[in-house]
Amino acid sequence: MRELSLHILDVLQNAREAGADMVRLTIDENEAVDRLVITVEDNGRGMHPETLNKVLDPFFTSRTTRHVGLGLPLFAAAAERCNGSLAIESAPGAGTKITATFQLSHIDRAPLGNVAGSILTFLMGEPPCDLLFLHRIDGRQFLLDTRKVREELGTVPLSHPSVRQWLQEYIDQQEEMLRGGNDRTVSAA
Amino acid sequence: MPKLKSLEDLKKVREEASRDIQVRLDTGTKIIVGMGTCGIAAGARETMHAILEELKRRQIEAHVTTVGCIGMCAFEPLVDIEQAGSGRITYGRVKPEMVPELIEEHLINGRVVEKWVVGRIPKSPAQGE
Repeated sequence: MRELSLHILDVLQNAREAGADMVRLTIDENEAVDRLVITVEDNGRGMHPETLNKVLDPFFTSRTTRHVGLGLPLFAAAAERCNGSLAIESAPGAGTKITATFQLSHIDRAPLGNVAGSILTFLMGEPPCDLLFLHRIDGRQFLLDTRKVREELGTVPLSHPSVRQWLQEYIDQQEEMLRGGNDRTVSAA
Repeated sequence: MPKLKSLEDLKKVREEASRDIQVRLDTGTKIIVGMGTCGIAAGARETMHAILEELKRRQIEAHVTTVGCIGMCAFEPLVDIEQAGSGRITYGRVKPEMVPELIEEHLINGRVVEKWVVGRIPKSPAQGE
């Protein structure tokens, strides 16, 4: 995968397949300790220890449509080649938490890429699933809670074109401010 | 810099959107994009984005959603178009640049784009009514 946001989309889709209706996605970039940590925590059905032991095996999958399951092994490989690792915590009924750690400055670390695109794609899927997205860069952060968005929208679904456009622009703007540190500039002015 | 978006904007979106919501729900067209690991790695996110943009540009109402892997990984990105009363067509290796032609031919002119078809599910008898 060319972007870390594609791995994120993949893991978000796993959460939906596991029956989750709430997912917490956190991206934490910390320059001081040179670490990038991505966590995806869902409230889906979780996995038995015997399944958990096999999820990083590319030749294991819970699907019946094919015989390989590359999502998590690829994500793990991406982290490991950047002095990082992938940790999975899961138990039946307790959901699943994926933590991928990278050396932020590692030359092989793929860019995060189109995070807004991945989030929007995930939100278009069915059945509906809420997302709590927290992006932290050093001291600054951006938080998006789709439950709050839906509260404002009433019966209008997140997939409505106008809502999608708002989400796209909102996330892009907030991400740009986070990245550019514009809020610091504003508060200093 | 453009005006900052806020949750406040959603009140207006809600007002405008609730007027056309029923039309949207009743639309007979469903577009399904394969979004398993194989689809994602093959560029399905960008394909889906291109579909949504094209529908918006042409003001076509359709229900767009995602599905996991269906086992035809080599043909990803896979896009299924299902229309009430006419079964379901699966298109393979759909790149964003193919999307305008696909939408125009299939949804506007009502012609299946045979050169890109990799599978089809005929309409069930119950569906045709």
